[in-house]
Amino acid sequence: MSVQAVSEPRMRKFPKISPVYFILAALIAAIILNNPSFVEPTGYMNFLKRAAPLAILAAGQLYVIVSGGFDLSVGSLITLVVVGSSMLSNNDPASTWWVITVMLGIGIAVGLINGLVVCYLKVPSLIATLGMMITLNGFVFMWSGGAPRGYLPDTFRFFGRVSIMDIPVIRMLPIALIVLVVVGLLLYWLMHRTNLGRMIHAVGDNPRAAQLAGVPINRVRIIAFVISSLSAVVTGILLGGYAGVSTDVGSGYELQAITAAVLGGAQLLGGRGSVPATIAGALTLAAIFTLLNFLGLPQPVRQVVQGTILIFAVAFTMFRRNRNGQ
Amino acid sequence: MNENSIIEMSSIGKRFPGVTALDGVSFTCRGGEVHALVGENGAGKSTLIKILAGVYRPDSGTILLHGEPAEFRHPLEALKAGISVIYQEFSLLPDRTVTQNIFLGREMTRAGFLDNAAMRSETRRALDLFKAGRRIDPDSLVADLDVASQQMVEIAKAIALGAKVLVMDEPTAALNDAECDELFETVDALRDHGTAVIYITHRMREVARLADRITVLKDGKVAASFDSLPDPGEVVKAMVGRDIETFYAPAATPEEIGAPVLSISAGENDVLHNIDLDLHAGEILGIAGVQGAGRVALAMAIFGDRPFTAGTVNLQGAEVHVTHPREAIRAGIGLVPGDRKGEGLVLMQSVRDNGMLSPRAFADLFSSRNSNKFTNQSQMDRLLDGMEVKSASYEQDIRFLSGGNQQKVIVARWLALKPKVLIFVEPTRGIDVKAKAAIYHLMRDLARRGTGIIMISSDLPEIVGAADRVLVMREGRIVAEHRRGVGETEIMLDATGEAGAAA
Amino acid sequence: MSEVTAQPAPARPSGFRFEYWAPALLLICAVVIYVLACVLTGQTQYLTWSNLLAVLGRSIALGITAVGQTFAILVASIDLSVASLISATAVLASVLMDGNPAMIPLAIAAALTLGAIVGLVNGVIITRLDVNPLIATLGMSLIIQGCLSAFVSNFAGSVPEEFQFFAYGNVAGLPFAVLFFLALSLLAFLTLRFTKFGSNIYSVGGNRDAARFAGISTSRVIVGAHVICSLCATVAGLYLASRLRSGAPWIGSDGVYDLESIAVVVIGGTILAGGRGGIWGTVGGVVIFSLIDSIFNVLGVDAFAKQVLRGMIIVAAVGFYAARSRRIVA
Repeated sequence: MSVQAVSEPRMRKFPKISPVYFILAALIAAIILNNPSFVEPTGYMNFLKRAAPLAILAAGQLYVIVSGGFDLSVGSLITLVVVGSSMLSNNDPASTWWVITVMLGIGIAVGLINGLVVCYLKVPSLIATLGMMITLNGFVFMWSGGAPRGYLPDTFRFFGRVSIMDIPVIRMLPIALIVLVVVGLLLYWLMHRTNLGRMIHAVGDNPRAAQLAGVPINRVRIIAFVISSLSAVVTGILLGGYAGVSTDVGSGYELQAITAAVLGGAQLLGGRGSVPATIAGALTLAAIFTLLNFLGLPQPVRQVVQGTILIFAVAFTMFRRNRNGQ
Repeated sequence: MNENSIIEMSSIGKRFPGVTALDGVSFTCRGGEVHALVGENGAGKSTLIKILAGVYRPDSGTILLHGEPAEFRHPLEALKAGISVIYQEFSLLPDRTVTQNIFLGREMTRAGFLDNAAMRSETRRALDLFKAGRRIDPDSLVADLDVASQQMVEIAKAIALGAKVLVMDEPTAALNDAECDELFETVDALRDHGTAVIYITHRMREVARLADRITVLKDGKVAASFDSLPDPGEVVKAMVGRDIETFYAPAATPEEIGAPVLSISAGENDVLHNIDLDLHAGEILGIAGVQGAGRVALAMAIFGDRPFTAGTVNLQGAEVHVTHPREAIRAGIGLVPGDRKGEGLVLMQSVRDNGMLSPRAFADLFSSRNSNKFTNQSQMDRLLDGMEVKSASYEQDIRFLSGGNQQKVIVARWLALKPKVLIFVEPTRGIDVKAKAAIYHLMRDLARRGTGIIMISSDLPEIVGAADRVLVMREGRIVAEHRRGVGETEIMLDATGEAGAAA
Repeated sequence: MSEVTAQPAPARPSGFRFEYWAPALLLICAVVIYVLACVLTGQTQYLTWSNLLAVLGRSIALGITAVGQTFAILVASIDLSVASLISATAVLASVLMDGNPAMIPLAIAAALTLGAIVGLVNGVIITRLDVNPLIATLGMSLIIQGCLSAFVSNFAGSVPEEFQFFAYGNVAGLPFAVLFFLALSLLAFLTLRFTKFGSNIYSVGGNRDAARFAGISTSRVIVGAHVICSLCATVAGLYLASRLRSGAPWIGSDGVYDLESIAVVVIGGTILAGGRGGIWGTVGGVVIFSLIDSIFNVLGVDAFAKQVLRGMIIVAAVGFYAARSRRIVA
């Protein structure tokens, strides 16, 4: 039954600017009130440096979310990248580039497997990527024998750790921020300016309609999983710059990435989402965590706050969607 | 005003944004009578029934139930008041048994536990009211029953609920002839029982067989009502009663019909048998048949969604093997699906995105969304302008458009790819009368530009009015071919396989 | 307005139904492989009745959780918060008991209350706030785990001897835990099969709109299923506390009870879309999983490789059911 409705301008009052930007601005104001040194370049640049890995991960996760799925394997992939890189590089500074290449290759393979399992074995992405998460975690333990040894050479840690100093006005520019800007622009362009991006939206919105319109739905969805995995590899490389080498360095990141995307207004189960708003969502989450630190709340409280945000962000988007008619 | 009317709906009005669905419609039904509600698709029958069933609320008018004013805010209230509607889409749970379905939500219990024995015997009792009840086992899963038996379960459910008013919406759509006869006997049994039966149909044969009274709806108004059985011609006249000449586009002239674009010979798959078909450039080929006759399966086979497993398909003389929609589209075949929301539209995306969907799908993945080798944004906008798609902006989500405008956007999606063959499945389903005419003219324009058009429809007037040639399908086979000018009756006879029977 | 054309459920040929027999088929396969593995490696000592009970005994916590998960999945929902709830209740019970037998009833009551509240909140978030069940229960999982980690970071409290009967006791020569699991499964079966609530669970899971139209309060049914699911996870937590003699904040996530309970339910033939399946399939799935574990042990697969293989087997098992469908999954 189609209830027929003609176009009415009233219905277009869909807020064009995502509320996440206002929330982010308010949080930053709150941080500045708590800690005035945040307005100094060292304050906000370090904040951006710390937030960059999550922002990149969330932007990659958005591809899978908009295409209608979830990718829960990214956290364990980050762990694999950090632990694997330390195993492979064996303290040899010259190894950085080929190790990074190997890691990107692993990322592509993981994304391909996730995508193939979802598309051809028809395993719901949640189960498929949770299975991948268990498998990769087991693999990390197997590879490292349970206790990872070795360090990451400084050439590898360069990306996550180093900042270019002595720049006029902003004084310092973290490499991680440059990586975020480059990856963010690339992912923005892919999602919002290319055929691929529009087709990811279409597949997540109504896969059957997309299929009958000729969209190569499996190819599109597999690419989305590969992009998510590649962004996890980049995140792992950045995290390797300042986090220690351990078997749980990436755990929990998958949910933070989903939370960030949802905060940025992404529609779970597909069809809607924005890369800039997702990056803003990641910064919002990071700002909340920073604020919690200033308030002296213990680490586990983060989890509680994050869980609450996740639920209410989804509830809010559902409320907004129902109100706008469906 | 008849005092034994169970239902009295008077001066019912209902508007949807942009459409007046019902305008001052009055309708009554007494116990122990079958009141036929007839009219073309889009005449307002379904809206009237949904108001009666509490799905919609009327903008104006009153409903009296047993003489008392009734106002149903929820389908459940109507159900509790004794009004049961059997929609064409059954509300049965396929993985539950017949008994479990009949007692859905009101299971009998004893000492806190389900009283399966009592429910089973009650189910038996309800089923035994009709002849067909004998072959339905209360313990069999609904998924294992054929469509006629499923319908019987729906009716038994209504009876078990103590329905005083039973509405049947095109109940024979998916039935074969023998099953129809069983259904008619069931309706007779219900009438003898004192139930008020509202029977929706557009088939004169059923009206003649069953109806005690007839109300004809057209364009949201009562066009005629008959307290006794009139000449079928009068009913049809009241039903159609519009200028056919301008409503449907003119037929193709012999010069417009070109060489065959699509030829299928001996096409087979698990549903289709021995399909031979020729489609010419410039022609609109209508495909008729009852539900389940294989019409949609034929469309999906040509389009590669459920491909032929044997036989040959030639497209402009070259043999093609299409096993996937993408291959079909590459070969020059397009499809406008019948279920617009489920299979046609990406609802959360903009009007323009929906129009650009297929061109983008065949362009380079990593190139700009705004232009590709088939079309670009301004061309698409001009195309949509040309089709008079009414939308506040092409950036607007397509879900806010009316059905007719949505359908035009789906057609626009294909035009940029210049298909040789375009298949329309139920092209005007859920579209108001004015937009229907626009779709017919659009199809004709496309044909004139040399596209071969296949129109699959369960709307017989549409098949008769819009097609240049008609193929009739039954049980997965093409059983008859008619030229333009054929009557609905002849098509129906072929479709049901009862050639010779009276209409 | 428009005519909706009939899309009746296509009549399926009765007789052989793949989904009905698949769990039994898988179970037979697992048994055959287990026997073969034992015979081929010459470890026939594993082919005894007592070893069989031991095999099942290793999966009690998973089994109890999976019985609850069956309710959530049948109603077309899912619960990913079970693992952290298991940890939370194990710690809560262990801390409250703290070696004192007199505290056992109170600890059990407290744990069950916590479980009921979590299930209620899950259900309310899903039905009233319209939040996708995956996200609602993932969020709940974070909240529980966060609260738990805020208070304890290691084994906390201790379980008195008397309570260890749950995991280690014997009744009439049979392990109490196994009997308890079977009794719980029977209770769940009776609920699903012979009560109105059970019937409603299938109806809501099969077609939520049809159920609502028939006057079933769908929200209440979904909330009920989640309360049962959480209560089962609570019982699994109590069992683990009894087995480990104390509670620790990682025992739930270490056992991957969230994913494994879902996998077990799916292997047992209950479909993720809801409305079809049952408890005995789930029990079969639990046995299959314990057999797989035993096969690894017999073959001497190392612990980490075992985890890798389990991840793959879970995905393969779901794929085994899903791959033949024409539906597009996300």
